[in-house]
Amino acid sequence: MDVIANQLFAGLSMASILLMIALGLAIIYGAMGVINLAHGEFVMLGAYATWALQTYAGIGILPALPFVFISVAAVGWIVEKVVVQNLYHRPLDTILATWGIGIILQQAVRLGVGAESRFVKGPDLLSGNTEIGPLIMSNYRLFVIVFSMAVLAATWMLMTRTEFGMKLRAVIQNRAISECYGIEAKRIYSVTFAYGAGLAGLAGALITPLFSTIPTMGTGLVVDAFLVVIVGGLGSLIGSAAASVLIGEATAIFSIVINDTLGRIAVLAGIILLIRFRPRGLFPTETRR
Amino acid sequence: MKRRDFLGSLGAVGTAGMLSTPALLSSAGRALAQGNDIPVGLLFSLTGAVAVVESTLHDAALMAIEEINASGGIHGRQLRPIIEDPASDPATYADRARRLMIRDKCVSVFGSYTSASRQAVLPVTEQRKNLYWYPTLYEGRECSRNVMYGGAVPNQQQDDLIPWAIENFGPRFYMIGNNYVYPKEENNYCKTLLEQYGGEVVNEEYVPLGHSDFSSVINRIRSEKPDVIFATVVGDSDVAFARQYHAAELDPSKMPVVSLTRSEVEVKAIGGEAAAGHFSSAPYFMGHATPENEKFVEAYKSRYGGDQVTHFVSEAAYFQVYQFKAALEKLDPSNITPETIRDAAVGLTLNAPQGEVLIDENLHTHLWPKIGQWQTNGQAEVLIESKERVAPKPYAAYAGQTCTGKGLVKA
Repeated sequence: MDVIANQLFAGLSMASILLMIALGLAIIYGAMGVINLAHGEFVMLGAYATWALQTYAGIGILPALPFVFISVAAVGWIVEKVVVQNLYHRPLDTILATWGIGIILQQAVRLGVGAESRFVKGPDLLSGNTEIGPLIMSNYRLFVIVFSMAVLAATWMLMTRTEFGMKLRAVIQNRAISECYGIEAKRIYSVTFAYGAGLAGLAGALITPLFSTIPTMGTGLVVDAFLVVIVGGLGSLIGSAAASVLIGEATAIFSIVINDTLGRIAVLAGIILLIRFRPRGLFPTETRR
Repeated sequence: MKRRDFLGSLGAVGTAGMLSTPALLSSAGRALAQGNDIPVGLLFSLTGAVAVVESTLHDAALMAIEEINASGGIHGRQLRPIIEDPASDPATYADRARRLMIRDKCVSVFGSYTSASRQAVLPVTEQRKNLYWYPTLYEGRECSRNVMYGGAVPNQQQDDLIPWAIENFGPRFYMIGNNYVYPKEENNYCKTLLEQYGGEVVNEEYVPLGHSDFSSVINRIRSEKPDVIFATVVGDSDVAFARQYHAAELDPSKMPVVSLTRSEVEVKAIGGEAAAGHFSSAPYFMGHATPENEKFVEAYKSRYGGDQVTHFVSEAAYFQVYQFKAALEKLDPSNITPETIRDAAVGLTLNAPQGEVLIDENLHTHLWPKIGQWQTNGQAEVLIESKERVAPKPYAAYAGQTCTGKGLVKA
C-alpha cells in the first residue's frame, strides 16, 4: 500500500513536469497550427539560462524564474518574427524549419557553453521531504506540482478572462474575419509563440535540480510532451492537463508493476491503442479551419 | 578550358596515375612507418552525444603525444597525430578507422569510449592487422589480438569491492543499471561474487539509456531497504539518479551507492554535495597521491584550464600513448608495424599515474584497483587501495573460457 501511495506521488510529479513542457507546445499548436519541433530546445535554453544566472550572477532558481521566462520568451519571439511568421500558409514546412532551428540552438549552446553536463544547485528552501504517514514527498517535487497547476490556471485565465485571450480565441476561430474587426493577427501570433516558448523555458529552469543539464536534454523531453499533446487533443489546455496526469501515472504504475523499460513500452502501446480509437485525442477542440 | 588543354591535363593525370600505382603497392605492408615521422590516429568524438567524455580522452592522449614530441620523440622521430572526429556514430568510427589505417598508414589508432564504437572498429582493425588502443573500462568477454585494452574489466573493479561492501554495509544488493551490455555483464559477474561471499540480490533493474526520472526506482529502493545500491548507470542518467537520490534524502551512510561508472566528470555535474558519501571503484582517482599523477594533473590543468578534471578513462588514454612509446623504443626503427608494436608491448611495465601498470599477454592491462569515497569538493578520497596489481580476466564470469596470448581458449 505504501508503495502504491508513493508511486502515485511519483506519477503526479512526472505529470507536473510533463504538463509544464506540454503546455507551451499545446498553446502554440492550438493557436497557430505550428508543430514546434524546437520546443525541446526552448526547455534546454531555460535550463542553461538558469545555470548562467546561478553561476555568473548568483541568482537562485526561484528568483531566476521571471528572468528565465522573459529571456526564453524573447528568443521565441525572435524565432517567430524571423522564421515562423513567413511560413503560416505552409504549415508542413514549419515542421522542417522549427526542427532546423532546434538543431541550430542545440549546436550553438554546445559550441558556446560546452557539451559537458552543467551543475545547478536546487533551492535550499525546498530541500528535504514532507512525510505523511508512509507517504514521503520531496518538497521540491511538491513545489513543481503546485507551480505547474498555477501556470495552468494562469494560462487558462489568460485565454478566457483577458482581452488578449479573447482576441487569440477569435484569431483561432477565424483569422480573416478577426482581421476585418481590427485584430492584428500577426501580433497575436508573435505574443502567443513567445508565451509558449517562455513556458518551455520555465519548465527547463524547474527541472535543472533533478535532471542533467546538457545541450541534448530537450530532445527526449519533447517526445513525451508531444505524446501528452496528442493524447490530450491538439490545442486543448484541459486535455493536456488530463493527458499528462494519465501518462505520468501510467508510467509510474507500469514501472512499479513491471519495470522502467517494459513500462515505457506498455505506455507507448497504450497510447497507440488510444489514438486508434480516439484519433483526435481525449478532448478534441472544436475549431473551424 | 579549351579542348586541347583538357586532353593535355587528362594525359597528365593518366601518366601520374600510372606512375603512382607501383608506389601505392609498395607502400603497403612492411614499410608502414618509414617516413620521418610516425603517424598515429586519434579517433575520439569531438561532437555528438559522447563528446562530453571523449573530448577529455582526446585531450589527454594529445597531451601525451605532444609531451613525447617535445622531449625529442621516439628514436628522434616525431609522432604525427592524425585527428578524426567520428561524431559519436559507430558506423562513422569504422569508416574513419579504415581511413586512418589505410590512407594515413597509422601504425596505431587511439580511440573510443563506448563499447558500441569499439565493436564497430573491431572488424576493421582485425582485417587491417592494425592496433587499436582502447582506454575505457568495459564489460570484458572480448579477446582481440588487435585491440590494446587499457581500462579495467569486471574482475579488476569488483574483486575487492564486493567483499568490502558486504563487510561494511551488508549482504543485500540492489542492482541498477542502464539497459545495455555493460551493466548486464558487470551484474553477471557481481552475482557470481555475491554467491561466493554470501550476498544476495534484492532487485536487478535496468532503465533505458538516457532515462532521467528515477522516482519509481527510488520508491522501490525505499521499500526494499537494501544495504548497497550497486550502480552501473552511465552518463546523464547517473547524474539524474544521483541528484534525485540526494533530493530524496536517502542516507549514504546507511544505503550507499557503489558505482563502477561514476568518475570525476559525473560528480562535477552531480555537484559535490549530492555525490558526497557514495563510493566508486576504479583504478584511478584524480586525488591519488603519486608523483606521476601530480605531474599529469598539473600538466592537464595548465593546458586545458584549472576547472578541468582528470578521471579513470582519461588517465588510461594518457598512459596508453606512453605504453605505445615504450613499445616503439624496444623496436628497430626500420621494423615498425602494428604487429611488432603489439609483440613489443606485451610484458611492458610503465609508471602510470595510478601506479605501475603492466600489459598482459592477452593485451589487457594489469591495474591497481581502488575504492574511493566522494567528498563535497567533488574529489574522491581513496579508502582502499589494493595491495597488489590485479591481473585482467576478461572472461572471469565464464567458467572454462580464458583470454590468452593466443586468443580465446575454451576448455
